[in-house]
Amino acid sequence: MSPILRLDQVSKAFGAIKVADSLSYELAAGEALGVIGPNGAGKTSMFNLITGTMAADSGRLFLGSEDITTLSAPRRCRSGIARSFQVPQPFGGMTVFENALVAATQGADMALGEAEEHCLDILEQTQLMAKANVPAGKLTLLERKRLELTRALCARPRVLLLDEIAGGLTEAECGALVETIQSVHASGMAIIWIEHVVHALLSVVERLIVIDFGRKIADGEPRAIMTSSQVQEIYLGIGANA
Amino acid sequence: MSASQYRIVQSSGASRIAAALGLIVLALLVLAPYWAGRADLRLLGEVLLYLSLASLWNLLAGYAGLVSVGQQAFVGLGGYALFGLTMFGGLHPVLAVLVAGVIGGLVAMPVAALIFRLRGAYFAIGTWVMAEVFRLSAAQVSALGGGSGTSLPTPVVQSLADGRDAREALSYWLALAMALLALAVVYGVLRSRNGLALTAIRDNELAARSLGIDIWRTKFTVYVIVGALTAATGALLFLQKLRISPDAAFSANDWTAFVIFIVVIGGIGTVEGPIIGVIVFFLLRETLADLGTTYLIILGMFAIGVMLLAPKGLWGMVRARSDIQLFPLRRKVVAKPKD
Ligand SMILES: Nc1ncnc2c1ncn2[C@@H]1O[C@H](COP(=O)(O)OP(=O)(O)O)[C@@H](O)[C@H]1O
Ligand SMILES: [Mg+2]
Repeated sequence: MSPILRLDQVSKAFGAIKVADSLSYELAAGEALGVIGPNGAGKTSMFNLITGTMAADSGRLFLGSEDITTLSAPRRCRSGIARSFQVPQPFGGMTVFENALVAATQGADMALGEAEEHCLDILEQTQLMAKANVPAGKLTLLERKRLELTRALCARPRVLLLDEIAGGLTEAECGALVETIQSVHASGMAIIWIEHVVHALLSVVERLIVIDFGRKIADGEPRAIMTSSQVQEIYLGIGANA
Repeated sequence: MSASQYRIVQSSGASRIAAALGLIVLALLVLAPYWAGRADLRLLGEVLLYLSLASLWNLLAGYAGLVSVGQQAFVGLGGYALFGLTMFGGLHPVLAVLVAGVIGGLVAMPVAALIFRLRGAYFAIGTWVMAEVFRLSAAQVSALGGGSGTSLPTPVVQSLADGRDAREALSYWLALAMALLALAVVYGVLRSRNGLALTAIRDNELAARSLGIDIWRTKFTVYVIVGALTAATGALLFLQKLRISPDAAFSANDWTAFVIFIVVIGGIGTVEGPIIGVIVFFLLRETLADLGTTYLIILGMFAIGVMLLAPKGLWGMVRARSDIQLFPLRRKVVAKPKD
C-alpha cells in the first residue's frame, strides 16, 4: 500500500543548527508513529516543515500521491494535515465550540450546519463538551491540550500530528488523554506523536523513530528501539530510566 | 450523553427584544418622509449614510485588522462615478449608484493587491497615499470640473423623481436602504464562515493558518466588499449634496476622521458600536456645531475621554457589565430538553 505521508531527504538549517538533516521516512495509512529525541533535536521543527509553517531548504514532502512541498500551510491543512501545538495556540477570545468550528469550516471546508454536528461529535470524543461555551483563553492546561486535539480532529485530517500533548499533565489526566488518542487511532487515523512521556507513547504507537540533531537515528519496533544502545546513550545524558 | 442531545442557539432574550425594537425603529424610519421636515429628513439621511460608512470601516479595521485611513478614496470614487455615469453615460442616478458600487469593488482588487504588501503603520499610510492619488487624479478630469468640481446637471436631478419632495424622499429612502444593506452585509459576513475566520485571525494568526485559513484571501474578500459598499455610499452622499469637488469627495476629515471617531466612541469590533457611535456623534454635532472650531476641540476631548475611561467604547462598557448582544454572533451549545 502506498504511504499516506512521505518525507524525502528533507533538510532545514538555521545558520549552523540543522533542525532537519536529510530526513526521510514514510507513514502508512492508519499507522501510529511515535517520535522521541532530546530537547532541541528538531522534532517540533519537523512538524513545522510537514505543516508548512516552515519552508524546507531542500527535499520533498508527499501527502498520498500529492507533492505538497510548495503548498502553503492553509492548503496543507485543507489537504489533510492537522496538528496540535506543543505550546497551545487557542483562539483566546472565542469559545471552545467556536474554536472547533473554525477548524471544521476552514480545515475541513464544511458548511456551517454540517460543521456544527461534526464539532459536537468531536467535543464528545475529546471530553470537552462541558466547556463548549467557555472562552478558550480561560481554560486550564489540560483543557488547552484537549482543545488542541479537538481542533485538529475537527479539521478532519488524514494525518494527525500531536506535539507533546501529554507533557505537563498528571498521571490521571495523561491516562484519560491516552484513551482518547487510542480511540482516534482505532478509528483508522494515521498519527505522528512527539512525546517525552514514553509510557503514554508506547501504549499507542506501533513504530518509533528517534531524532537527534535533525537526523533520524533509529526507526522501528518501539520496544526494540527503547532498549537499543543508541537510545540508551542519548537518554542517559538527560537521565531518563536508562 | 451523545452529541445528538445538544443543539446550537444563536439568539438570546436581549437579541429578540432588540429585533422587535429594531422593527419599530425601522418602521418609523421608513415613514420619515411623512413625519419629518425637509431639514430633518436631510439630516437623517446623512446619519444613515454615516452609519453605513462606520459599519463598513468597523468591519475592515475592527474585525479584519485592516486599519485604513484612506476609505475616502472609495467615497470619492463612488461620488465621481455617480457624476460621470449620469452626466456622460446617461444612466439613471439609482442605477449609477449600483454601478458605482461595482466599480468600487473592482478598483478595490488591484488596490488591495498593492497595499496588502504593507504592514501595520505602513499599511495605514499606504491607504492614505492611495486616497491622495485618487484625489489628485480626480482634479485632472476637466470634464468633471477639474480641481473646482461640478454640480449635478438639473436634467439628471430631475430624472430622479418628479418634484422636489419626491426627490428628497427617494434620496432619503436610498440612504436608509444603504445603511440597512451595510449592516446586513457586515452582520452576514460576521455570522458566516468568513466571520469565524476573521475572528480567528484576530486571535492567533499561527493557529489560523495551521487550521486552513488563507489569511490573505479572507482579508482581500473583506476589503473588496467594503470597497464596493463604501463607493455606493459615496455615490449616495453626493447624490444628496448634488455637487462634487476633489476636496469634498476625498476629504480625509469627513470620510475617515469622523468615521473613526464614531466607531471608536461606539465600540470598535462590535456590530452595535457604530450604531451607538453615530447617534452620539450627531447629537454632539447638532448641539455644538455653532461653536465652530471649538466644536472640533470638544469632539477631540470627548474622544480622548472615552478612550481613557472606556477603551472599548460605549458599547464595550455595556458589554463589560453584561454579555448582551443585540446582533448575536455567539453560537452557544445547549442541551436539548429531555422528552
Ligand atoms: N524559527 C527558528 N529560528 C531559529 N531557530 C529555530 C527556529 N525554530 C527552531 N529553531 C531551533 O531549532 C532547534 C530545534 O528546535 P525544535 O524543533 O523546537 O526542537 P524540539 O521540538 O525537538 O525540542 C532549536 O535549537 C531551536 O532553537
Ligand atoms: Mg518541541
